[in-house]
Amino acid sequence: MSLDLFFQYLFAGITYGAIYAVVAIGFNIIYNATGIINFAQGEFVMLGGMISISLLPFMPLWCAIAAATALTMLIGAAIEMLFIRWLQSPSVLRLIIITIGISILLRESALHIWGESIRSLPYFYGNEITTFSVGSVHISPQVVWVIAASGVMMGGLSLFFKSTPIGREMRACAANRTAALLCGINARNMVTLSFMLSAGIGALAGCVMSPITYTQYDSGTSLAIKGFTVAILGGLGNSMAAVAAGILLGIIEAFSVSVVPLAFQDAISIAILLIILFVKPHGLFGSSEAARLKDF
Amino acid sequence: MKSGIRRWALGCAAGCLVLASALSTATAGTVKVGAIFAVTGPASFLGGPEARSAEMVVEKINKAGGINGDTVELIVKDSAGSSEKAVSFAKQLIEEEKVVAIIGPSTSGESLAVKKVAEDGQTTLISCAAAEVIVDPVARYVFKTPQKDSFAAQMIFEEMQRLKINTIAIAAGNDGFGKAGKEQLEKMAPSFGIKVAASETYDSKATDLSALVAKLKADAFIQAVVNWSVVPAQAIIAKNMRQVGWQAPLFQSHGFGNIKYAQAAGAAAEGIIFPCGRLLVADALEAAHPQKALLTQYKNDYEAKYKEDASAFGGYAFDAMNMVAAAIKQAGNDRAKVRDAVEGLQKFAGVGGVFSFTPQDHNGLAIDSFAMMTVKDGKFILYQGR
Repeated sequence: MSLDLFFQYLFAGITYGAIYAVVAIGFNIIYNATGIINFAQGEFVMLGGMISISLLPFMPLWCAIAAATALTMLIGAAIEMLFIRWLQSPSVLRLIIITIGISILLRESALHIWGESIRSLPYFYGNEITTFSVGSVHISPQVVWVIAASGVMMGGLSLFFKSTPIGREMRACAANRTAALLCGINARNMVTLSFMLSAGIGALAGCVMSPITYTQYDSGTSLAIKGFTVAILGGLGNSMAAVAAGILLGIIEAFSVSVVPLAFQDAISIAILLIILFVKPHGLFGSSEAARLKDF
Repeated sequence: MKSGIRRWALGCAAGCLVLASALSTATAGTVKVGAIFAVTGPASFLGGPEARSAEMVVEKINKAGGINGDTVELIVKDSAGSSEKAVSFAKQLIEEEKVVAIIGPSTSGESLAVKKVAEDGQTTLISCAAAEVIVDPVARYVFKTPQKDSFAAQMIFEEMQRLKINTIAIAAGNDGFGKAGKEQLEKMAPSFGIKVAASETYDSKATDLSALVAKLKADAFIQAVVNWSVVPAQAIIAKNMRQVGWQAPLFQSHGFGNIKYAQAAGAAAEGIIFPCGRLLVADALEAAHPQKALLTQYKNDYEAKYKEDASAFGGYAFDAMNMVAAAIKQAGNDRAKVRDAVEGLQKFAGVGGVFSFTPQDHNGLAIDSFAMMTVKDGKFILYQGR
């Protein structure tokens, strides 16, 4: 394989990986706060894209993205309040079924509102065929946007969790809910906040990736499956690990194309996931000590 | 007082009118036509426009007084693209609703599943799906309106011969349409002296194909790419090819005949070559063309009514519904006679082309039902050679 081709595959892989990683981070935030997997995470990504596309005719691009993110956060909060908040110590299984129900609800509502056609935001810089050339490797500016946005979201989140009081309260709830309650932290509000946060991250990701992947009412489902795979691969609950795992999976997928037919791409990535889970059941970066303390 | 009497008289007259019109609809019969479309689900981009087009035709017929005085009742069932649902809806329509004919289903998989139900129930089925196996082997009661895959493949290969292209790559979606097209292309390529150097299938939900494009581009012998799918990936592959600076000709199937995909690919769609029905270039046809009036009318009616671009898919259902209507007009509310009447349709101008059915050919279209098209300045135009 020539060096150029190597880098071309590498960048394709990093693009996929960055997309998977942001979806996985959304899974992790809610998992940390509630101990459940929110299967409606992919729908937040779709909503972000769809709402920003609908708002675009009325405002500049960055306003549309900001408004779409804010609206999706409100939807996330509303969902938590309507479907989850009032449950008295629900089982993990019940919560998961609820989130699956929510994902179907959001998808079908999107079908009724936006129809079945594909839409996309315009490229933030240049158009569909603009590329930067580094040597003879071509990179679309939008890919740079996706990678940069993922990076900024990661950094922002890690700052938020480490150095703001609310972030610390959320971590306290994740670590030990009862102890957090005894310290006077409103755990229910923290759960709502975690839904808002992950909805916002999903929505922002949905906007940035829309020019590359397009947005359709059901585009959330397949993203959620990949994001979930990555979250498990990295170790549930660990956002930095999710980024590493996402990029790893993306690169494996891209390079697998060079040796086997494309049709086997998903089979290869799932096979690798299974092998890793056999060898390291708590994910690449998860610790078995920490995992023993969680219900799921 | 006087005005009171007048008002009373007016009210009476209006009441009589309402009563009269109610009586007239009650005495005239209804003809039930069934429709199975994937209005929701992954194939909704087919089923949505199809259901809307069929409803538009029926509304128009009923507004003009129905067929031979009978009102047409269209019963639309949403299969969501599932073969199991399509089969049970077909049985329900035939046995319980006693429809005279069924239009749809939207996808090839569903149509093949329903083929036997229609045969057993001796009810005409006019499928709106592409695969050739729906009418080959031919079944007595089963027809289809979309053009054959093999015609599309043939047109693409003939154009390649003109461009002196002899080595190509094929990319296809992993759905029924993609698989059938890929097999057809691989089977026909040798007879045109064209070598298929790579043949790849991608997930129909693929969001980026740059790795595939890198792989194909690395093979210096590949002169052109044929992509065969009906999913957004057909816009994605175009973008990914042009992003890496690969200017090889990109051919697409008739599945590309939806302006949304060309818009989604933007600048990358320029110069894509694909065969498609003439609906997309209706305005550019010469006035004498047998489809001209019909195409412009369908396009204008649909776009005015539903505020969205007309697509070839909706046209499949438009044709199917019009065929059923024409057959009912001739044969009345009788399943067996309606079947014979559909098979007897000759030079029937539709959106997909000019249909002439025979007992052996239940598609009824010739290769000239396709025209080669390309994208220029974000619009579909007739292809005039590179």
